[in-house]
Amino acid sequence: MTTRTVRPRAKGTGWFARDWRLYVMLILPVAFYLIFCYKPMIGLIIAFQKYNMFKGMWGSKWVGLDNFKFVMSMPDFPVALRNTLWLNFLGLIAGFPVPIILAIMLNELRSVPFKKVSQTLLYLPHFLSWIIIGGMVLQIFAPKTGIINATLLKWGWIDKSIPFLTDGPHWQATYTFIGVWQSMGWGTILYLSAITGINMELFEAAKIDGANKLQQIWHVTLPGIRSTIVVLLILNIGQMMNISFDRPYVLGNPMVRDYCDVLSTFVYRAGITNSQFARATAIGLFQSVVGMILITGANLITKRLGEEGIW
Amino acid sequence: MTTMSKKAPEQMLTGKKSKKWTAGQIILMILIAFFSLSCLLPFINVAAVSLSSKSAILRGDVTFWPVEFNTTAYEAIFKDSSMIHSLVYTVIITIVYTVFSMILTILMAYPLTKGRLRGRKFFNFLALFTMYFSGGTIPIYLNIKELGLLDTPWSLILPGMLSTYNMIILKSFFSALPKELEEAAIIDGANDFQVLLRVYLPLSLASIATLTLFYAVGKWNSFQDALYYISNKAYQPLQLKLYHIIKGSQAVDVAAMEGGASTVASSVSESIEPATIIFATLPILVVYPFVQRYFVAGVTIGAVKG
Repeated sequence: MTTRTVRPRAKGTGWFARDWRLYVMLILPVAFYLIFCYKPMIGLIIAFQKYNMFKGMWGSKWVGLDNFKFVMSMPDFPVALRNTLWLNFLGLIAGFPVPIILAIMLNELRSVPFKKVSQTLLYLPHFLSWIIIGGMVLQIFAPKTGIINATLLKWGWIDKSIPFLTDGPHWQATYTFIGVWQSMGWGTILYLSAITGINMELFEAAKIDGANKLQQIWHVTLPGIRSTIVVLLILNIGQMMNISFDRPYVLGNPMVRDYCDVLSTFVYRAGITNSQFARATAIGLFQSVVGMILITGANLITKRLGEEGIW
Repeated sequence: MTTMSKKAPEQMLTGKKSKKWTAGQIILMILIAFFSLSCLLPFINVAAVSLSSKSAILRGDVTFWPVEFNTTAYEAIFKDSSMIHSLVYTVIITIVYTVFSMILTILMAYPLTKGRLRGRKFFNFLALFTMYFSGGTIPIYLNIKELGLLDTPWSLILPGMLSTYNMIILKSFFSALPKELEEAAIIDGANDFQVLLRVYLPLSLASIATLTLFYAVGKWNSFQDALYYISNKAYQPLQLKLYHIIKGSQAVDVAAMEGGASTVASSVSESIEPATIIFATLPILVVYPFVQRYFVAGVTIGAVKG
């Protein structure tokens, strides 16, 4: 038992003898980061090469910014860029306020069982893959046979099926609506926990001053969750260049191609389907760099506004 | 909602439960019920369609209850051995992935909570940087290709094994445990491995359960990686298979829209697609009510900065 003295705390020497086990633990995760996260970052250099798969990235010819110039001149690129920004913008405008309103409403509910059941239902879409949701959407919004068109036709509200998924602007509206629907419940969680953090005395004080429910919400609840709102809004704006792959890919179809093609699906098509690796990498790099600038800018603005930034 | 405001303030302050069934509360409940039902009814509709006859579906008669009830679609799914194969395969992939992920997450999170660890800042940065910057789709794809993982089940398991976000959640949980526990264990002669296994892990079962579910649900639902890396049908997970079924039937829908006739659908049984959706969702729906609260807890922890 006397050998246990090897644990000199806070001494400069012997730190490895003391902590080697911690470094052993780190071997696997660090190897993971290096092989699966950092190695691909080095692979980004093929964006500046005429990449030849057989020569690899060390043997391929350097071409400067040729890939970028080529990509910018592709007719699909501005379409994908425009759709990415536009769909993200629509999603932000339509989707951002919904969880805030829902959270405030849930918070005002007095019946606990009712609240629990509602929350369980509202969180459900978050747990489903976009394939499942996409499948349901195709089912529900289908022309003629889908429940929405079938019901509206039966009631005589419309004469012919609404082309929810087969006409461009309709498709973008459906896409946005489904996104709002999928994330509205889950989005309430952060707001609800922020509301719980508000000092109850503020509500009591407001009541004594004769504030009604709406006034309490306006003057106490909303200011109380202001910083959460600001941070999430800015984070969202910082994500404007990023668009998930699953949702546009699953919901999209050839009939609305000019409306549903976004950067992520464009990269997939150019890179993996058509094997134009270097050009697709250039698009990805362009997207990452603009994304980094946006998020850094967003973070800077948050801090300027006196809120805590994200790093 | 303003009707509640007229009440005497004293009554509210005495802590007495004010009436539950005011007009404001009822309006609120109706509104929330509307939102909640919008999350449930699509399932009921899809389930009803999956149990209805083809002619009823084509007439657009099915709403929230099966019309001309039959189970042929489900019989077809269970007779299709590739469907069952895909289900079992996806379960195996999900389990292996989740186990690997949890091991790596724990091994990364634990040392990073030790203030005495030299190079801690560096390791922290190594992890955090990957949240803001990545090689992107194609370099990652080429990396998988170079490693010889393309078209193997490993391409679905290895690349996404460690989520930095989940690691931060676990790290903040570990950090919140009292330091005295570790010191006491060390005095008793435990080394770092033993402290982790015997002290930290038993005390963190709730958050470990949460993260296990995060990983498992994420893998069960993932589809992008399979679409990118897998072309061999035998290695396709359920979601990808489902995707092909859905796209197949969508092509028919589009044709029906253009031609205006619904008879084109002759080759595809109309209820197969919804039945497959229900089939792939059922595992999630079964565990969902039990695991939901862990998820909520995880999100709130995750919101605290790492």
